[in-house]
Amino acid sequence: MAQAMGFFTDTTVCIGCKACEVACKEWNQLPATNGGANTLSGDSYDNTRRLDGIHWRHVRFVEQFTPDRSQGRWLLMSDVCKHCVQAGCLEVCPTGAIIRTEFDTVVIQSDVCNGCRDCIGACPFGVIDINPASGTAQKCTLCYDRLQVGLEPACSKACPTDSINFGPVADLKKMAEARVGRLHGQGETRAYLYGADEKMLGGLNSFFLLVDKPEVYHLPPDPKMPTRRLKSSTWLSVLGGVVVGLAGLVSFRTRGSRP
Amino acid sequence: MADSDCVMVMGSNMAENHPVAFRWPMKAKVNGATLIHVDPRFTRTSAMADIYAPIRAGSDIAFLGGLINHVVNDQRWNSDPFFKTFLLHYTNAATLIGDDYKDAEDADGVFSGLMEYKGGAPAWPYNGFVGQYDPKSWGYKRPGSGSSAQGEAAANTARSGEVPGHTGEGPKSHAPSGKEPTSATPGGPPFDALVKSLLKPPAEKDETLQNPRCVFQLVKRHFARYTPEMVERVTGCPKETFLKVAKALLDHSGPDKTCSFAYAVAWTQHTNGPRVIGCAALLQLLLGNFGRPGAGIMALRGHASIQGSTDIPTLYHSIHGYMSAPSALKKHDTLRDYLADETVATGYWANEPKFMVSYLKSMYGEAATRGNQFGYDWHPKILGDHSHLPMFVAMNDGKVKGMLLIGQNPATSLNARLERAGMRKLEWLVVKDNWVHESATFWRNAPEVKSGEVKTQDVKTEVFFFPSAQIAEMEGSFTNTQRMLQWHYKAAEAPGDCRSDSWFTYQLGKRLKRLYAESTAPRDACFNRLVFDYEHGDAAERQRGEPDATKLLKEINGFMTDDPGKHIASFGDLKDDGSTTCASWIYCGVLPAPDQNRAASKRPDPPGQPGAQLNWGYAWPANRRIMYNRCSADLAGRPWSERKKWVWWDEAQKKWVGYDVPDFATTKAPGTPAKAGAPGMDALSGTEPFIMKPDGRAWLFVPSGLVDGPLPTHYEPAESPVRNPLYKQQASPVLKYWKRPDNELVQPGDSRFPHVITTYRLTEHYLAGAMSRWNPWLAELQPELFIELSPELAAEKGIKNLDWVRISTPRSRVRAKALVTRRLRPFTIDGKTVHQVGMPWHWGYEGIVTGDVVNELTALVGDPNVTIHEGKAFVCNVEKA
Repeated sequence: MAQAMGFFTDTTVCIGCKACEVACKEWNQLPATNGGANTLSGDSYDNTRRLDGIHWRHVRFVEQFTPDRSQGRWLLMSDVCKHCVQAGCLEVCPTGAIIRTEFDTVVIQSDVCNGCRDCIGACPFGVIDINPASGTAQKCTLCYDRLQVGLEPACSKACPTDSINFGPVADLKKMAEARVGRLHGQGETRAYLYGADEKMLGGLNSFFLLVDKPEVYHLPPDPKMPTRRLKSSTWLSVLGGVVVGLAGLVSFRTRGSRP
Repeated sequence: MADSDCVMVMGSNMAENHPVAFRWPMKAKVNGATLIHVDPRFTRTSAMADIYAPIRAGSDIAFLGGLINHVVNDQRWNSDPFFKTFLLHYTNAATLIGDDYKDAEDADGVFSGLMEYKGGAPAWPYNGFVGQYDPKSWGYKRPGSGSSAQGEAAANTARSGEVPGHTGEGPKSHAPSGKEPTSATPGGPPFDALVKSLLKPPAEKDETLQNPRCVFQLVKRHFARYTPEMVERVTGCPKETFLKVAKALLDHSGPDKTCSFAYAVAWTQHTNGPRVIGCAALLQLLLGNFGRPGAGIMALRGHASIQGSTDIPTLYHSIHGYMSAPSALKKHDTLRDYLADETVATGYWANEPKFMVSYLKSMYGEAATRGNQFGYDWHPKILGDHSHLPMFVAMNDGKVKGMLLIGQNPATSLNARLERAGMRKLEWLVVKDNWVHESATFWRNAPEVKSGEVKTQDVKTEVFFFPSAQIAEMEGSFTNTQRMLQWHYKAAEAPGDCRSDSWFTYQLGKRLKRLYAESTAPRDACFNRLVFDYEHGDAAERQRGEPDATKLLKEINGFMTDDPGKHIASFGDLKDDGSTTCASWIYCGVLPAPDQNRAASKRPDPPGQPGAQLNWGYAWPANRRIMYNRCSADLAGRPWSERKKWVWWDEAQKKWVGYDVPDFATTKAPGTPAKAGAPGMDALSGTEPFIMKPDGRAWLFVPSGLVDGPLPTHYEPAESPVRNPLYKQQASPVLKYWKRPDNELVQPGDSRFPHVITTYRLTEHYLAGAMSRWNPWLAELQPELFIELSPELAAEKGIKNLDWVRISTPRSRVRAKALVTRRLRPFTIDGKTVHQVGMPWHWGYEGIVTGDVVNELTALVGDPNVTIHEGKAFVCNVEKA
């Protein structure tokens, strides 16, 4: 396998221009919401709202201002598939449509996908959804086709401020550590890396530099594999079955006792 | 900008509207530079800033004036020899102003010379001035003159369409010699004697800077009332934030540090726009931030080649290379008159006769001879202000028959109802664009047609639509905001009938020439004599009718008249006798030989080495990347510091050297004295870096060239909710306004329109939307028109997020959805709460995403120097719809 490739997204230099969203759509020929005739969300400048089958990059806008404006910031962050080392989507896919590539990225093969939606529920980040144009589950491929011919992904290529960095994950981690150190030195002590650590799903090949809690960016603070949740949910299912059974008994009894 | 230690973005939302250029301030920031954003709204640029300073729209000069006042009273500024040396030697701080001059300080906010406007040609009563200045008293004091009896010479940078007062009794503001050319004025060519006849005695100076009539003392006194308290009162910016900005600028200026400024149309689109920029220039000169790496003021242009369209102008008032368009309102009757009127005898502009004659040769070729003044009489003359605003007023009066719209969409432009009413008076209209946009369908789909106010069958205008080729479908050059030309190649064939703008212009020109070929009327000579041959060398392109872009570039660059294969390598080689042909002197050298297109050069400097990227594109003039870079060295020609080294004097080689092309006479030693009584460059010494200025110095005080005063002064916008807290004079006394029932203005403090509104662009859309609202990927990102307002104003008006809101001005009213956000805030102005709202203006009634035309709210009121409208600060009312 070639070395693991990924993204390091430094949110402190993101200007929210959405060039990544558009470059992604252009390269991957993804349709626009309602042919472009979208509606205003009212949520800051975010009108595409989330990652889904036709939005593989999504810029989030978080306005944080005190009522008197003495403190204020506008957090901007370009979100994308995390290309987890331990990928829940890949694990649950019944058709084998989701593969790990030679770049250690996670790719859904559209022609093998049967649209069963299992991966959608299995992703702890809510990255995947059905692309209505194809009827299959889709998400960022880390521009697999571009990588295969030695090109960088469309989004990082388009990013004007180098908020999105592409490269070997090992190099990106070094770059990211240095950036955190530098920001701490400049007084931005809130800066930290999200997903660079192997403790998070074995490491996210697409990781982030954040300056607030993950929840603020709509990221889970402690994402889990679907199999990890399976154990507890199995017991819940059993318990649920018992409850339904008991309820049924009670209900029959009630009916039976009717005059 | 990547070399800056502190970047101040003001009058621009750089991150949103110039995201690609914004990579440079971001590089500086990553390297530790301080980023400041001053703006009425907290935008994506503010999100990146270390300091965000909120100000009410239209109060920029009060803020910048406050910085000037703070700087000249700062202890370090007064003790560091760097600032003193820069000020004394590189600016006109020491020059004395004539005794007749009266500052705004002494006359309630106006300058000496204010009078009633009496200019203009009877055939063109559209110049719009509400008043005018006789600028005579603003001139330098010269020996023997006692007072400043003469106006000063100015380089041709910002000028109005006319010279106020020229046709009345008033004196002429731009006469370099202060005298009308007479029969005694020498002719030419050669024009050397004419230039010499324009010389004046040098101005008086006080190098101690103590004389109360010296520029520095006048500046200091003029800005003394711009205290931090006053800044807060006028702008609404908290005093503490203002002082933080002042400290950051001072801390990052000096021999080893530099600050840069970036601005865009939020500085220009005011009734005193050029003065805002001038105010920043004054501040940057005080701080020594000119002609040095990481310094300067960056004008961020709105289009890929809008710089190119002022160099090779689509502007009415200038011809190529910043020469004035010949005017019927000036003493421009003959070529000699024109040159006597326009030429500045000292400094580099003394060469203007060479530039002008070479330009005329490019227009009329062999037909242009000594005997016929090189065809000067065939050249069209302007009658007055023919810019956008007056043209649409004239159109409403039925004075304009037809219009060619190439990349413009006036149906969504200023006071859009008025502009559309004007378009209904046209006999014919050509729209050449990507899409059938609002201006192509105003007769069918405009709001006044939908409402029944106007009936389609009553609109007699015949509309022609020409589909346009896209930029990747044609060859040519861009000139960007760095004055850098970059060549681009055709990547794909345009579909169907889509054609380039140059195809359209070339084909139209050829047909007009054919139409007038038989005419002997003198007025048609401008067509018959015009050289217009750009036939393509490639057979397929010729078949399509495309002109050869390289042939155009050759004409612009220039060549030897009798040997067209020999190109001009430098504007220093141009002659005033017709032996050289050159359309635009400033572009000389871009094509120094037929096979050397330097605009197409794409060789970056090796990484990690200091350099100016001289082989990446070609920057005018002479491939200089930083203008006036003599400033980067001290009086003796040594770099001010190792860190800010750029060009310097090499004593061994006896010439100026450095990373960049020196913007100075290459072999003029720093110690060279100015030659008394000499014209041209000899009049400037080896320490005078501003070679385009007649005195070689940057002007803190502007004695000529501007029609609204020699120093920037805070005036309220034409529409303001408050009285001017600084002066009795409310707004600019000489602004341009076209009084009509459909162009009414709100009087100051009118409670029916209490809110300040500013209009702007978003990253996701482009201008009136013709390049974005038809693109699904861009349309979905910002699908609907909105108004940004603070939660405080929303609560006051009972408006919730996403509610429909009605916004009204005396001109019109529009509907938009509310975007309630704390990024906007109420201001306290002079003790009164003033709400600021903002609206992007990208929408219209055509395209994938549509919305009301925000520009219906704006008025035709503008700046007196350049006639730009005031779209950045006016007043409105806001109600829940």
